[in-house]
Amino acid sequence: MSTSNNEQGAAKRLLDWVDARFPLTKMINEHAAQYYAPKNFNFWYLFGVLSLVVLVIQLLTGIFLTMNYKPSAADAFASVEYIMRDVQWGWLIRYIHSTGASAFFIVVYLHMFRALLYGSFKPPRELLWIFGMLIYLVLMGEAFMGYLLPWGQMSYWGAQVITSLFGAIPVIGDSLVEWIRGDFYISDITLNRFFALHVIALPLVLIFLVVAHILALHEVGSNNPDGVEIKNTKGPDGIPLDGIAFHPYYSVKDTVGLAVFLMLFCAVVFFAPEMGGYFLEHANFEPANAMKTPEHIAPVWYFTPFYAILRAVPDKLGGVILMGAAIIVLFLLPWLDRSPVRSIRYRGWLYKLPLGLFTAAFVMLGYLGMQAPTPTYTNLARLGTVIYFAFFLLLPWLSKVDKTKPVPERVTYHA
Amino acid sequence: MSEGVDKSRRHFLTVATTVTGAVGAGFAAVPFLSSWKPSARAQALGAPVEADISKLQPGEMIRVGWRGQPIWILRRTEAMLKSLPEVGSFLRDPDSEQPQQPAYATNESRSRKPEILVVVGICTHLGCVPAERFDLAPADLGPDWKGGFYCPCHGSKFDLAGRVYKGVPAPLNLSVPRHRFLSDSLILIGDDTGVA
Repeated sequence: MSTSNNEQGAAKRLLDWVDARFPLTKMINEHAAQYYAPKNFNFWYLFGVLSLVVLVIQLLTGIFLTMNYKPSAADAFASVEYIMRDVQWGWLIRYIHSTGASAFFIVVYLHMFRALLYGSFKPPRELLWIFGMLIYLVLMGEAFMGYLLPWGQMSYWGAQVITSLFGAIPVIGDSLVEWIRGDFYISDITLNRFFALHVIALPLVLIFLVVAHILALHEVGSNNPDGVEIKNTKGPDGIPLDGIAFHPYYSVKDTVGLAVFLMLFCAVVFFAPEMGGYFLEHANFEPANAMKTPEHIAPVWYFTPFYAILRAVPDKLGGVILMGAAIIVLFLLPWLDRSPVRSIRYRGWLYKLPLGLFTAAFVMLGYLGMQAPTPTYTNLARLGTVIYFAFFLLLPWLSKVDKTKPVPERVTYHA
Repeated sequence: MSEGVDKSRRHFLTVATTVTGAVGAGFAAVPFLSSWKPSARAQALGAPVEADISKLQPGEMIRVGWRGQPIWILRRTEAMLKSLPEVGSFLRDPDSEQPQQPAYATNESRSRKPEILVVVGICTHLGCVPAERFDLAPADLGPDWKGGFYCPCHGSKFDLAGRVYKGVPAPLNLSVPRHRFLSDSLILIGDDTGVA
């Protein structure tokens, strides 16, 4: 008895010693043990934590891949094969990393869709949304540059197509493309610099933005499926009546969600790492060849909605502008939506229907972006593009005239 | 103490320090940004290359690598040259008004010598390499096809002078690189100094 008391006393004394020199307990309380999140979270609220876990997976596997990968045009393709065949468990580490890239976009897209469902981008969470959008933007850059590294045919020609986009900019376009590539074409120099950006620069920016995103979230507090501001109804202790401590309540719930996610994730890693050519494209099993374009160039699935928009426009500069606008317009969402109500539960058909159409158009564009262009597909892509932009352009008006239902004072919760 | 503070003086010094610091940061950024430009080695490797066309038969095409780009050299037949004016109405820029070629190739055949076409074999849409389709009126390209180049990526079409068709994503004609004839059978690609 007395020994365990002594041990407890020693642990407490150590914690006190640390707390006097570093705000450890204060931080744990602020961000976990005394961070009060609404008690009515549903499964849509898992994807934030899952994104964080995938980020950690990518950082860890990425570090280990770097130990055997060689960022040069002469060695890159062979070093990836070396990782796959000769490095002990190298295949697993690489497949976790390549599956992680797609998984990252799956959870991020679902996380963003959650925000559209429950109005999580609306005041006072505009900055939270913007940090999130910046994360999405950096993630796209990270994925694009990482895709060049295996130096396969699709790596090469994907980078060729995407860097050429900058050439559409009038006057400075050509020199800009040369500056990005560091050569007159995609070469060893480009590969080496994309490697540096992929493993150092962008991950650092990503981590910084994730910290900012979480700090902003914990400052304003989490939204919830009812879109009710739980801080408006506090108990005598100053704690929101509908709030429960993130730890242990949500840390435990998220762990269950994480277990399910990892089961699916591992199923892909072990049984379908190429995912039928969607996660690892078949053309990429051939080394890069500057003199020969693959029959059909398509980016990996997570870029295809925007790629379909690019191709839908018969004018190069126009296509590039529209593709850029498709991403920029997402940043403006908090100011385009003028509805007094956050959650889709209390919004009318003038939000539900457009959101449904928008989602369908986004998925359709994603499909079309993977296919070779035919006149029918191009027309469908144009239709999808119109719906995509119409959603945002009509939102300020639709969200104003939409008939909303009364929002309850407290969150609804069915135990 | 604070009564003696000259606020405007303090403000001026703050602004002056910030601006000076920003200018310094701007200059410090130059080496880093410039390091992204093609290095001396990349520029040396991008030097002009020679191509021997002595064995090139009419209707044949060879590919030469220059700056990582495929350069096509096609010796056109009489029939091919005759098709050029016939497709004019299907083209976006039949008279080569866009600056996609040096002055000496701003003519109907887009070449220095009518039969010898020298173009960069990279689609002006998004940089793919179009395929040679010299067959007449094939099923997939329609009965009006007089031969040319077809880009498999996004369906852009070019005629036998590298001129782009209307209604395809590529905005411009294939570009003609700077080049000159060292002799009847030798072309220097990437350099045209000394000749007009």
